[in-house]
Amino acid sequence: MIRNIPLAAMVGLMFTGLYFAMAILAPWIAPYGMAEIVGDVWEPSSPEHLLGTDNIGRDLLTRMIYGGRTTIFIATVATLISFCTGSILGFWAAVAGGWVDQLLSRFVDLVMSIPSLILALVILSVMPVTVPVLVVVMGFLDSTRVFRLSRAVAVDITVMDYVEAAKLRGEGYRWVIFREILPNALSPLVAEMGLRFIFMVLFISTLSFLGLGIQPPEADWGGIVKENADGINYGIGAALYPAVAIATLAISVNLVADWVLNRTTSLKGGR
Amino acid sequence: MAPILKLIAQRVALGLLLLFMVSVLIFIGTLILPGDVAQSILGQSATPEALANLRRDLGLNDPPVQRYFAWLGGVLQGDLGTALTSGQDIASVMWARLGNTLFLAFWAAAISVPLAIFLGLLAVRYRDRWPDKLISGVTLASISVPEFLIAYVLMFFIGVKLRWLNPTAIGFRPDADVFTKLEAIALPVAVLTLVVLAHMMRMTRAAILNVMQSAYIETAELKGLTLFSVIWRHAFPNSIAPVVNVVMLNLAYLVVGVVVIEVVFVYPGMGQYLVDHVSKRDVPVVQACGLVFAAVYIGLNLIADIVSIVSNPRLRHPK
Repeated sequence: MIRNIPLAAMVGLMFTGLYFAMAILAPWIAPYGMAEIVGDVWEPSSPEHLLGTDNIGRDLLTRMIYGGRTTIFIATVATLISFCTGSILGFWAAVAGGWVDQLLSRFVDLVMSIPSLILALVILSVMPVTVPVLVVVMGFLDSTRVFRLSRAVAVDITVMDYVEAAKLRGEGYRWVIFREILPNALSPLVAEMGLRFIFMVLFISTLSFLGLGIQPPEADWGGIVKENADGINYGIGAALYPAVAIATLAISVNLVADWVLNRTTSLKGGR
Repeated sequence: MAPILKLIAQRVALGLLLLFMVSVLIFIGTLILPGDVAQSILGQSATPEALANLRRDLGLNDPPVQRYFAWLGGVLQGDLGTALTSGQDIASVMWARLGNTLFLAFWAAAISVPLAIFLGLLAVRYRDRWPDKLISGVTLASISVPEFLIAYVLMFFIGVKLRWLNPTAIGFRPDADVFTKLEAIALPVAVLTLVVLAHMMRMTRAAILNVMQSAYIETAELKGLTLFSVIWRHAFPNSIAPVVNVVMLNLAYLVVGVVVIEVVFVYPGMGQYLVDHVSKRDVPVVQACGLVFAAVYIGLNLIADIVSIVSNPRLRHPK
């Protein structure tokens, strides 16, 4: 199994694993407390503070580790919400057809006709900005894309003989969706999951950067950029570390998703 | 000619219907969400009198349907209401800012579209060789980083370290001459170009490759036409629709990218206006901005749709 993984995917898996491990083990890895002020404002990097300190003298490496934890946690939960609602509704629309399909599909078209960042801003202007609200808003907005994909995949599967057989046997929607369609639609969905996860990381970072995501003193990658942005004008690059973190995470997840997609499409002939 | 006009009229009508539904969605999104809007605007410590006043000002005591049509009627007459926080007329503030945003977006589009198409062609010409791989690698990297971070990276190195350009768009004033304005937006335009370039180029590459692999291109090559006339007479007319589609989709994407970039560079446009008022919970402004952004987005998608119908005989004369 491991020997068949190409180098690119290996590297991707390694970095993805590393980031997730860092997210889970944050309190044990981080050298200082998350909101602990340990030095001067924007100290350069030194043996005590590997990445230097931030705009009010907190250790930047610690902030980055805790920030990664928040970012990855929120992106993961939002991706799960997006996948559960999107795929189940998509399968349901494909299996049920008729007005259920029309209603859901046209509603998804409507939501997708507004850029998701704009719609998120509109909704967040009246909602309290807390982690559960953020996760649910992001998850539901993104589930439209998952809906489209899973409906498209499921429409092809519902016309298969074995689905017909299950229906004739008298199985209900739940059996057809979870026992017949889901196993066959899993691989394109898993590959899509990687892309959605990256999109969520970028989305939460953007929201936090705009001041509408994670609220201080909690750290997240977008928020770190916002806090340290003023330093840019004085030639202090503290705000650029999250760029490196987000880019490496996104690229490595991308590499893994590519590999999953290639593997599943080449072995099973399309699906 | 008549069937085309009919098709286009249908598309436009569909777009207007969509816009109407979007206005409903935006309205529902801001006013009928769980929780009291007045409470969330004023915060937990608000006095009951202040809450009652705000509810009255927002018209929250009327039924939602009536409120919606009052709002829509105003929007159709160009009256977007007044901002809660400043009491200014939203429409007049927004027109000036919309102009600024379009100025920024126009220059970004003017640079990125020809560049993306050129690079896309280059990638097709040298497919699977190093220029193609280099271009793919760079685009993968730029897709993986959010817009605002690309902006800060450029700002840090070009604006602050090298001092080639102003790091922010502070120099952008309504009374400044065109050259000052252009200098002020040089960095934001560069960032926006980078952001859409990647997508646009990849999609152009895919669209043209798709055309170049069709049977009629092979026929044209086999009958001895020069590479130029193959591209000009056979490949180009067939790739107009996909390429225009790509361009329009990316311009629509640009509209969203503008929101974040304006905040980064302190540029007085629509995006900054929207974000400012979201954090102040100024609902009328947010609704108005949301509607305008959605209208631009839908409009660009509509144009893409129409162009692909007009340029494709098979769609122009449906069976």
